[in-house]
Amino acid sequence: MEGTNKQDADRIVLRVEDVYKAYGDNEVLRGVSCELARGETKVVIGPSGTGKSTLLRCINQLTLPDKGHVWLGNTEITCKDCDINQVRSQIGFVFQSFNLFTHLNALANVRIGPMKVKRMDKASATKLAREELERVGLSDKTDAFPAELSGGQQQRVSIARALAMDPKLILFDEPTSALDPELIGEVLKVMVDLARDGMTMLVVSHEMGFARSVADEIIFLEEGRVLEQGPPDKLFVHPREERTREFLHKITELYGE
Amino acid sequence: MGFFEFAGDILPRLLNATVTTLKLTGASVVLGLVVGIFLALGRVYGARPLRWLSSGYIQFFRGTPLLIQLLIVYYGLPPYLAMIGIKLSPLVAAIIGLGLNSAAYQAEYFRGAIQAVQSGQMMAARSMGMSRAKAIRHVILPQAMRLVIPSWSNELIYSIKYSSLAYFITLPELTFVGKKVALHTARTFEAYLVVAFIYLVIVIIVSRLLTMLENGVRVPGLGSHSGHR
Repeated sequence: MEGTNKQDADRIVLRVEDVYKAYGDNEVLRGVSCELARGETKVVIGPSGTGKSTLLRCINQLTLPDKGHVWLGNTEITCKDCDINQVRSQIGFVFQSFNLFTHLNALANVRIGPMKVKRMDKASATKLAREELERVGLSDKTDAFPAELSGGQQQRVSIARALAMDPKLILFDEPTSALDPELIGEVLKVMVDLARDGMTMLVVSHEMGFARSVADEIIFLEEGRVLEQGPPDKLFVHPREERTREFLHKITELYGE
Repeated sequence: MGFFEFAGDILPRLLNATVTTLKLTGASVVLGLVVGIFLALGRVYGARPLRWLSSGYIQFFRGTPLLIQLLIVYYGLPPYLAMIGIKLSPLVAAIIGLGLNSAAYQAEYFRGAIQAVQSGQMMAARSMGMSRAKAIRHVILPQAMRLVIPSWSNELIYSIKYSSLAYFITLPELTFVGKKVALHTARTFEAYLVVAFIYLVIVIIVSRLLTMLENGVRVPGLGSHSGHR
């Protein structure tokens, strides 16, 4: 019994326990817990304003939770005296609006993290950056500046930028919401490949096709709480809550499969 | 003696003084640049006392005449500086006075440029594990520096012209020597015309260099000329 627990604990990459966050009177997160084991992909869905992005930001402490704990592996990262930069360097974050560094070309965008955060030498970081850009299918765009790339290409560079840090997990905050419909596919394809390669991913997204094909679990967040979670098939076919059924029905209609 | 002959005659002395003007402007702008960046960072990112300090500094130097500031540095401070064994030459006093004044203006330009960098840039830098200092150095400032060039160019050009105020603290720069030449030769109009022309040439050359700098460091999507997105 002891042994299984220990093994379980080693498999767990991220554990979120009872996280609260309020902005003034607005309680955005009201006790959210979830877990990701190594190699798992979980997709967070829920109505807008329900705290999905806040949850991701509380995990890498871009926003400080009011209450609750977050563990990365066996280390609690919500303590006062932990090195937050060291923690963040192990957690990739992909933004809805890409946020590529405007003054750097694609290669330099991917290289800057390993160089400035991990103190990797320039030659190795360049080699690594080329590999990561190739992985997202952008070998031919290494010299392009963000403004010269389409939204889909920018988001792929930003995924490469996250990958270059060799993170334990990657958080995706609505990675395709800012994209024109015809550009969504190329980004999702990269994400599907990542998930199949065994990357640990927590994804806020309403792309149900993506969720169905790669998510190990869907987490339905409503009004700052996890209303229901489970494998996509179960949630789609036999949701426990009526609200879940309604919501899934609505977004499936909106976004298609 | 015709005008051009006269001009040729006085030019060597004026060009000597021009070297002093260039030294003064160059050194004070660099001083202003360094102090100005720190003031701007203090105003944008500093804790409250630092913000107040920076704002107070900027308020003082922008709210009082540059000439008074120069007079304070050159005539007002020496008794106190003498107590700690420091003597200011006119050139050093002028560099300090002009530099500290320029810092206040440059700080405001830098503050504007820093605040014009999209907030997502800092967030992205922090999310990959950069400290705030690293993010400022590697992400915010490289962008702010590019954004600031047009307004900063104005400040540099003002500095060239304001350096003539060092005349009042007896620094033999272009205006000071120009006045001496004018008195000496009794051809006031022509002498000052040549002086004015030299300033104009400096300003034109510097403007050209700044435009080249702006074009040299331009990056698509950053700055005033980046239309497409």
